[in-house]
Amino acid sequence: MAQHFSIQSYVTLRNNRITQNGQLLFENEALSGPEFLQAAYTHFQFNYPKFFKMDNLCKTGFIAAELLLRNQPGFAGFKPEEKGIILQNANSSLDTDIRYEASIATAPSPSLFVYTLPNVLIGELCIRHQVKGETACFVFDIFDADFQAGYVNSLLANQGLKTCVSAWADYYAGKAEAFFSLVGPGTGDEHNAGNLAKIWT
Amino acid sequence: MSDLIPTLKVQIIEQLNLQHLKPEDIGDDQPLFVEGLGLDSIDALELIVLLQQKYGIKLANPQDGPQVFKSVKSIADYITAHKK
Repeated sequence: MAQHFSIQSYVTLRNNRITQNGQLLFENEALSGPEFLQAAYTHFQFNYPKFFKMDNLCKTGFIAAELLLRNQPGFAGFKPEEKGIILQNANSSLDTDIRYEASIATAPSPSLFVYTLPNVLIGELCIRHQVKGETACFVFDIFDADFQAGYVNSLLANQGLKTCVSAWADYYAGKAEAFFSLVGPGTGDEHNAGNLAKIWT
Repeated sequence: MSDLIPTLKVQIIEQLNLQHLKPEDIGDDQPLFVEGLGLDSIDALELIVLLQQKYGIKLANPQDGPQVFKSVKSIADYITAHKK
């Protein structure tokens, strides 16, 4: 019999609104994308100076992951090799790619260059949350709930993961989006395509 | 030199995205890497870019980097000695 895995908690960030498990946590429609991310960092009183060095895609994912995992002591209790992160995204690192290309005209920026890959976000999250298990980043036009549910559930059932952050994070042209779920055995809505689509679309 | 150190602190904060710091938080002799401000190898590259962009100075010998970028004061000393 196929194992079922649950969405233990989830965070959404889009249209300058952040929710957790359907409850509004923070919103400010008047701010630009970068201003909103900065305002959210300040609002939630995060203390991680490296945030300021991150590109906007990483800032988007960082905020979603902090909120998702801050009240999940169980996540920290797993061995690093038992924790995974599977990420989807639409615009890859294009926002930073464009900024880096512009910097070449004067002096190429090393600190922009290091963010010209979308999976750098996964690296940032792995460092922050002690994750050494399976990770992957896939680029789709829009969030593919079927693929995400199938891939994450397969890792949990067959590949030794005991918990997984199932994530969508995207940033382009001032528009930040994130949908992060913590998935594993236990209670909660089943981690399947229908429930993911119901939350995000 | 007296004006250079405060100016450098502002430029370092801007170039390295250290918005959580104010210029007065950085001591003149405070180590910039590892146990000090905790800067990393990417920050070192940004400091090289800063020297080139703001002061027209290219680090002639990369081996000098650790000594030049030891602190704000050591960077100021290097700029004073090499500015054309």
